[in-house]
Amino acid sequence: MRPSAVRLLNILVPIKRAVDYAVKIRVNPEQTGIDLNVKHSMNPFDEIAVEEAVRIRERLKDAVKSIKVVTIGPPKSAETLRTALAMGADSAVHVEILESAPAPEPLGVAKALKALIERQKEGVDVVIMGKQAIDDDAGQTGQMLAGLMGWSQATFASKVEVDPEQKIANITREIDGGLEELRCKLPVIITTDLRQVHLLNEPRYASLPNIMKAKKKPVEKLTAAELGVDLTPRLETIKVTEPLKRVGGGKVANVDELLTKLKEAGVTGKRA
Amino acid sequence: MLKARASLLNRVLARSYATAASPHALVFLEHRQGDLDSASLSALTAASQLGGQVTGLVVGSPEEVPSVVEKAKKLNGLTTLLHSASPQYSTLLPETVSPLLEKLLSQNSPFTHVVSAHSSSAKSILPRVAAKLDVPAVSDITSLEHDAASGSTTFTRPIYAGNAISTVRASSSIPIKFFTVRSTAFAAAGAGDAVESEVKALDSVEVSDAPTEHISTSLTKSDRPDLGVASRVVSGGRALKNAETFQSTLYPLADALGAAVGASRAAVDAGYADNSLQVGQTGKVVAPELYMALGISGAIQHLAGMKDSKLIVAVNKDPDAPIFQVADVGLVADLFEVVPEMVEKLKQ
Repeated sequence: MRPSAVRLLNILVPIKRAVDYAVKIRVNPEQTGIDLNVKHSMNPFDEIAVEEAVRIRERLKDAVKSIKVVTIGPPKSAETLRTALAMGADSAVHVEILESAPAPEPLGVAKALKALIERQKEGVDVVIMGKQAIDDDAGQTGQMLAGLMGWSQATFASKVEVDPEQKIANITREIDGGLEELRCKLPVIITTDLRQVHLLNEPRYASLPNIMKAKKKPVEKLTAAELGVDLTPRLETIKVTEPLKRVGGGKVANVDELLTKLKEAGVTGKRA
Repeated sequence: MLKARASLLNRVLARSYATAASPHALVFLEHRQGDLDSASLSALTAASQLGGQVTGLVVGSPEEVPSVVEKAKKLNGLTTLLHSASPQYSTLLPETVSPLLEKLLSQNSPFTHVVSAHSSSAKSILPRVAAKLDVPAVSDITSLEHDAASGSTTFTRPIYAGNAISTVRASSSIPIKFFTVRSTAFAAAGAGDAVESEVKALDSVEVSDAPTEHISTSLTKSDRPDLGVASRVVSGGRALKNAETFQSTLYPLADALGAAVGASRAAVDAGYADNSLQVGQTGKVVAPELYMALGISGAIQHLAGMKDSKLIVAVNKDPDAPIFQVADVGLVADLFEVVPEMVEKLKQ
């Protein structure tokens, strides 16, 4: 007997191009932002999201019909999409904004993603994205999208198991002080935490053949206007400054000197 | 004459009120096992700095809420305390809690600001609510200033893992300003004994057929102080070699100092320490009186989580480790020799 036909899963992975995590950033002299003339790469949390999407397909095989990645960003974000395609995504959407345009806010991005989801003829069952971008550190987009869609949400996920037949996902998430397990009905919005790196998910390096193949995968280009959304930030950035510099206090030669310094600062053994 | 002037003054005031309402903050107060979370008390302090009324909101199961309300109504800075109890609030699922907040904030809401700790629950719930109300949110603020005349609020918040500070303004065109508060930047509000706030029960908004179901929660148990609020933290990195040496080396020192234990991401990734102990951009942000970094090189992501500590002490074999650039006291040495010696001498 042939297995009953299950509805195939369509996965959407929103990704962001950000200043590489290892770059020591510098505030620009005008104090309007940081010097962006540095190495960029895919936001590390999004890399985990792409990897997780590809692994879901590796586990569920044909039950996953498509993995689509999407980015909203300037022309150079196209590289980030190619990286995701080389990791195993099937197709990509680039919502292009001007190089000079201010970075859209999470709410604008969430609205654009909602509009994009509504354009998908076959629908979207699972959205996987990073829990935060390492540039603005806002950590809001996934939750905002879940709110706009009225969908189930699982933030800070460290383990994801999707059951395509029952249309549910069991998700373990990081919470303050421990872990929590949820059962979410599809469609669901998942945001990934870093823990996946060592539990079940270390993002793969794209191999050269896969990079070559990725060049042939389809990338659809859209504008915010075509999606009917306004990406103009509503919060006004007044300035960006350097944090107060901490200056080291120098080194001591041995434990006794170290403890003397501690004592001077009022730190002694355990208080009663 | 005097009367005329007074009424004129009133009219002027009334007019300014019409353009910009005086601030009224709603603070989402979180609790665990009958106690208010200290991070929520910091959020209350931040809310008080807006200079207007402050209403607290306690949400939870019918078993938890009454005792939390008893404690919360004595908090300094609260004018009103709202509470809502329902079995469906026993775990704070965004899908079930958001409708309550949406209802509270949409019907001729008096609230101009919604404030919470930058906690895992609030981070999950608040942006969802903000999106439904079509307003942006500001995460993890470290200072704020409200201009009552214009109805705008200016916040500072760290970006790029704390390597830059952004100052943003939410103007009066954003009717309800959502923000989460970095707890280490604001002192926790205390409990006073003079004035109790007015307590009002709020009907829960029952969500039938919620798309998400809570299965289980497992909390990491520890006898040591909680990392997020400890006044002293002893933190270990990859140099601790393995989980056994991590524990056998760090825990005696932490006990001798009455400190919480933290870890770098390298130590967590290598499996030496639980993820809940991670200090850094992707873990906890701490600002204790004393932070001891043992065998931690000091990657920028780690520094983002601890550089506001009052006194930073570093022990590392590598004299060029970046941690020494921020440490107030540095010792270049093998931590496996130095830490036991410290424990011994601290006990004396």
